[in-house]
Order: sequence, then structure tokens, then C-alpha cells
Amino acid sequence: MGSVTTKTPVPAVEGWFTTDPQAPALIGTRCRVCGTVCFPPQTSLCPNPVCEGRELEQVELSRRGTIWSFTNACYQPPPPFIAPTDPFEPFTIAAVELAAEKMVVLGQMVPGVTVEDLRVGAEVEVVLDTLYEDDQHAYLVWKWRPVAAGEA
Amino acid sequence: MAGPGTGEVAVLGVGMHPWGKWGRNFVEYGLEAARAALADAGLSWSDVEFVSGADTIRNGYPGYVAGATFSQALGWQGNRIASSYAACASGAQAINAARAQILAGLCDVALVVGADTTPKGFFAPVGGDRPDDPDWLRFRLLGATNPTYFALYARRRMACFGATEEDFAQVRAKNGRHGRSNPYARYRKAFTVEEILASAMVADPLRLLEICATSDGGAALVLTSMEVARRHTTAPVRIAAVSTITPTYPQTVIEMPNFATDSAAVVAPPERPFRDAIAHAAYEEAGIGPEDLDLAEVYDLSSALELDWYENLGLCKEGEAERLLRDGDTELGGRVPVNPSGGLSCFGEAIPAQAIAQVCEVTWQLRGQAGARQVEGATTGITVNQGLFGHGSAVLLTR
Repeated sequence: MGSVTTKTPVPAVEGWFTTDPQAPALIGTRCRVCGTVCFPPQTSLCPNPVCEGRELEQVELSRRGTIWSFTNACYQPPPPFIAPTDPFEPFTIAAVELAAEKMVVLGQMVPGVTVEDLRVGAEVEVVLDTLYEDDQHAYLVWKWRPVAAGEA
Repeated sequence: MAGPGTGEVAVLGVGMHPWGKWGRNFVEYGLEAARAALADAGLSWSDVEFVSGADTIRNGYPGYVAGATFSQALGWQGNRIASSYAACASGAQAINAARAQILAGLCDVALVVGADTTPKGFFAPVGGDRPDDPDWLRFRLLGATNPTYFALYARRRMACFGATEEDFAQVRAKNGRHGRSNPYARYRKAFTVEEILASAMVADPLRLLEICATSDGGAALVLTSMEVARRHTTAPVRIAAVSTITPTYPQTVIEMPNFATDSAAVVAPPERPFRDAIAHAAYEEAGIGPEDLDLAEVYDLSSALELDWYENLGLCKEGEAERLLRDGDTELGGRVPVNPSGGLSCFGEAIPAQAIAQVCEVTWQLRGQAGARQVEGATTGITVNQGLFGHGSAVLLTR
């Protein structure tokens, strides 16, 4: 998955996802007292207002979810967005509901998926893809990929 | 907390600088609006004891951009000040700061000012590398602009409630009909549904004419104690409530600039989602309900978002906003006109001025001074909006 590159892959943001190429996962934090999960990972307090937990442990989020909503970017976003192609190619963004965590997480869809390919409720899976490159590195980010009907 | 009827302040004067893309210093717009509001109130600058500024962050160092700057522009006179920044909700916080001073008996006359000069195109985050700031990161990691979020809500309405692209265009068309006679509006053209649907797609299903532009503008209010107001008028417009609440955990609707919602797995969602709770807090404080409203000024950052606000305000039940629109209830002459000013559709957004401008419009409406866009016999109106990072904003006005 992702574009073919000889550059060293590095995460575009530190500590938000595992880099296992076969089964990457988003990393959240879970409060050791009340069990509340959040994404992106927190470093300070449990966000639950009635919990005084101060110890948060890292936890991998569900790799699959269903589309809560979706859209696309027909125009190039302003910096600090870095367009991976010139000219700019529109991309698709989905908000994905994770059933176990009962939360919605945003992500780009993998290249080639358009809004015509999507519907609310469809299943998607988290993958890694190149967000942009410089001379030495390919910067990785999580994206959502449609799960084909019947795919395990 | 103040209960119903325990304290009211008067909106004695209102003033605006026309919205546009004038490219001048924001202070000029604020100054013109402030002078207009003072003249409207029949008061002079020397009567003002407290200045409450709504900050712009687009025009330099935060300390430069609000209360003290407007006081200096009007001429230093040693008055007390406050400055508020709460993104799109900055104006409501500035109003609330001034109102609290008056209700506490610390002053009788306060001036509230907000003004902005904006860049062209998409709102971008503040410059520099700031990888700890979610507003910076959402652009870098997702390419998620503000219209991305508006479009996610719009698509969700289509999937859940059967909204159509034509419904969204009808909202924009209605607001164009409302705003075309408003001298302060930037876009005074009544676009047809066909023209709107023919404009370029920006974030599917939202098109260029359905997404709020960024504008220059300035708005100001003179707020006074009821005692001072009654020396000038027998029937002052009154602020019955101001809501500046945050969400309650867990916030289960994805909001700018966030990457995710809170999790509802351990703590159940609150009784009311955030946008419902903003208006509800104002209703509770005033002892007024949605059935009492004659009009509403809502934050139509997108055409589709206006439909969400109908439900958030309690004008109809969830899923019924399209019917309300199609029945003409929210058009001038309908049951409860929404955005008689033309809304953000016709103004574009001048962030720190916008929530103040909403109150200017409702004030003119309640005084019967809104001309061709007048809601006949209006006595009660609400403004509502929401600022980045969890800032609620609603002002309930009566006369």
C-alpha cells in the first residue's frame, strides 16, 4: 500500500500510530482508573471530569470502523499542508466510527477513493501511506481503506 | 448562577462598519462601528466607563488587537477594559464581560467592539511550526480545512435525514433574498438555486456559494444598566441571557480542529449535544423557550449547517429542519425567520465582529428598524454561534 519509494519511512507525527506495515493501528491512551480512551494520545490527565486518574496507558485502537460521514478537498488546503503532487489532486476524507471505542476518528482515504465510492455506514480499515516526502524521508500517516464485501 | 429575570442589561446603541474586503486596518472598522453605536445610543465617548474588545488574531500580537487598542483610537481616558478571544465566539464573550460588569454594579455604560481584517481564501492556522497545536496539525496531517468539517455535517444530514443538495442551495437562496437589502452585507445578490448548484464544488456536497467567505468588518454595542437606558427610551432592547458554555464530556460530534470525538464507551453522552446545549443554557437563564422566538440569527458557516441550527435551537425536532425550510417557516414572513440579515451567506465572517453583528441585527429587528428585512412585530430573538476549541455563544434579546 502507498507509493513505491526508496526513502526512509518515518511517521509524520510521533506516537500516534504503530508502524507495523501489515497491521498498523492508531495509538490512543486509556485511563488506568476509569478506562476512558482518547485519541490522539494524551500526556496529562484523564479527560473524564469525574475521574481523577493521572496514569494513562497506551492502547491500540480498533483497526476497523464504519464511515460516519465523508467529503473531499477539491482545492489545495493552505500550509502547513504539503501537497504530495503537483498539480494538486483532490483527496477524500472520512470520519470513521469505532464501535468498541464509541468514538469518531478522521483520516484521509487512500488515494484513488472518491466520494462516489463511499457511503455512510461502509466498513473501512486503517493503513499507512505516504503523506509527503523530502530528500531523505517518506513521512507516513494513517489513512482509511475501504474493506471489500466478504473480506476477512 | 443567575436565575430567570434576576438581571437584565440594555442594548442602548448598535453600530456596524459594512462588511467587505476593504484591506484597511481593522481598527478603522471598529472605530467607525463604535462611533455609530455611541451616536445610536445618544451617548458620547466620555460616558463610556468600560470597553470590552473581541480580539482578532489575524492582525498581530494579541495585546494589540482589542480593548486597549479601541480605547486608544477613541482617545485614552483611563477607562477600564477587557479583551476576549474565543475564536468565532469572541464577540459573545466580550458582550458577557461587559454585561457582567453592569450587572455587578461596577459600571453603567460599556462599549463592546469587535473588528477584523482577513486574508483571502481558506482560513489557515497561525503561522510557524507548531506541531503541538491541533489546529496546525489538522492541516498538516489531514489537509482538513474548515469546509471539510462543514461538509462532514452536511453529508451526515443527507444520510440520516434525507437532506438534498437542493435543500442546502435553498438555504443559501433564502439568505440571499434576506440580505440583498442589508446595507452592511458584503454580498447583496439573490442567487437562484440553479446558480448556487452551478458554483464550484469545494468540499462535497458543499459548493463555493454555500461556504462562508472571510470578510473585513466591524461591529459595536453600547450596553447600559436598565436605569441609564430608561433615561433615553421607554422600551429598551434587553439582553435576557448570554450563553458562553463549553461542551460537556463526552463531546460526541467531531468538531474543528479535532482529530476525533471523545469516547462515549465509559461515560454516556450528555443529555444534550453541545450545539443543543448552547441555546438551552440561554433559554434556561432567561426563562424563555424556543416557542417564544420571533427570529434567530444563526451561524451559517455553510448552507447545510443552518439546518443543524434549526434543530439545535429547538425550532423543530431532529430530522425536521428540511421540512421547516421547505414549508417556508424560516423565510421572512414565515413562522420564525432565520437570518433575516442574510447571515454569513451575505456577510462572510469577520471573526471577532460577527457575534456582535448578530446582536446588532436582532436589536434593529426588535426596534422595528430593519427596513425591507423587518420581521413584523418581533419582540424576542436569539443569536447563536460556536467557536473553535469548544466555545459556545448565544445571546437572547427581548423588548
